[in-house]
Amino acid sequence: MAKITASVYTSHVPAIGAALDLGKNNEPYWQPVFKGYDFGKQWIKENPPDVIFLVYNDHATAFSLDMIPTFAIGTAAEFAPADEGWGPRPVPTVIGHPELAAHIAQSVIQDDFDLTIVNKMDVDHGLTVPLSLMFGQPPADDFRWPCPVIPFAVNVVQYPVPSGKRCFNLGKAVRKAVESFDQPLNVQIWGTGGMSHQLQGPRAGLINKEFDNAFLDRLIADPEGQANVPHIDYVREAGSEGIELVMWLIARGAMDDIDPAPLGAAAPDATKNVASQAHPVSVKQRFYHVPASNTAVGHLILENT
Amino acid sequence: MSLQKNYLDVPGTTIFDAEQSRKGYHLNQFCMSLMKAENRERFKADERAYLDEWAMTEEQKLAVLARDLNRCIALGGNIYFLAKIGATDGKSFQQMAGSMTGMTEEEYRDMMIHGGRSVEGNRVVGEDGDAQAQHQPQGKAGHSAQKASA
Repeated sequence: MAKITASVYTSHVPAIGAALDLGKNNEPYWQPVFKGYDFGKQWIKENPPDVIFLVYNDHATAFSLDMIPTFAIGTAAEFAPADEGWGPRPVPTVIGHPELAAHIAQSVIQDDFDLTIVNKMDVDHGLTVPLSLMFGQPPADDFRWPCPVIPFAVNVVQYPVPSGKRCFNLGKAVRKAVESFDQPLNVQIWGTGGMSHQLQGPRAGLINKEFDNAFLDRLIADPEGQANVPHIDYVREAGSEGIELVMWLIARGAMDDIDPAPLGAAAPDATKNVASQAHPVSVKQRFYHVPASNTAVGHLILENT
Repeated sequence: MSLQKNYLDVPGTTIFDAEQSRKGYHLNQFCMSLMKAENRERFKADERAYLDEWAMTEEQKLAVLARDLNRCIALGGNIYFLAKIGATDGKSFQQMAGSMTGMTEEEYRDMMIHGGRSVEGNRVVGEDGDAQAQHQPQGKAGHSAQKASA
């Protein structure tokens, strides 16, 4: 049986990808950002996953205004890095895991989440920058990512976007799906994007350290409470693009300490809707830094114990 | 009962909802076309002719030609889409976002290095923060442009 062993959370700032691709990562501006990922790089060498289920948002790349799926799962064998207007990033093609992806799609759709199944798409910085942050640049003589990745895109671009509660419940369904796959795979779930930032209008450049740090603390200790925070709070407090943080709740909902009963459902047993004390998660890394380009950078690693 | 839009009172911010999307459909699809190198070349060679191939309004075309991203957003553009114009021009996201504040590139970068824009006074329309309408444009670039047009 497959098992989710850990969840990784990180911002996916495009400028981070550009800094890496242009060899600027040792510049004083970028050093503190990349230092926050030294631990994660070592940790993932010691805890290599067989597959990564990577939750991210497409930035008007694979999905134009012609079609905007709320949740889309990539079931293809591979996904090419996208040309976002300055040519594709010089990173390897992402290899998928079609069997596990199709299994998750079937299980999660039967659990009442209406996923869009994507058999062909390119992936943008939302997906490739987190891989670069955790794995570094793959060497030229072995130019590939260390493991397959299932892309899972969430619409946070055109409103209406899914609620935190729905994302959290979706994470629970993903965990159930993974655990019913009959191959012994070590699966990590990653939630990417986020922290306070605003890319538009006269309010561009908004950073709210207090909100971001409270989010990190609450995501660890009170994820159910955080899942109930409405969108407008993210927009008002963390900037229009701070809404990307709801994607972290999908990864968090898939961890072992979370009661699998859907949040908001009538609980026949009142003790059921609390985080499980029997399976505490272990916080391996918590990092926060301002700024990277227009945004704050956040990064967490949580392990199932 | 009509849909509630509880995001309309956030200062200096346009939420890209169904109404904005409808307004900006052709503008945003034009932006998407710039993900192909040959389209970028054609656009750069003759911007006006390339824009004329799209069912955009004249206002939208002029806003693109002027690289006035605030105007583009008011006319239905979305920043994730508009970023393709910036990429075509060789601009970073920071330069694009900064261009919407009236600050010079240096002023905007300095603001970010010093912790970014504060949320204080910038949560609700009518407060007195720097993103409020009564404080636009915010920086030297905006002020000199204002003087020149006066």
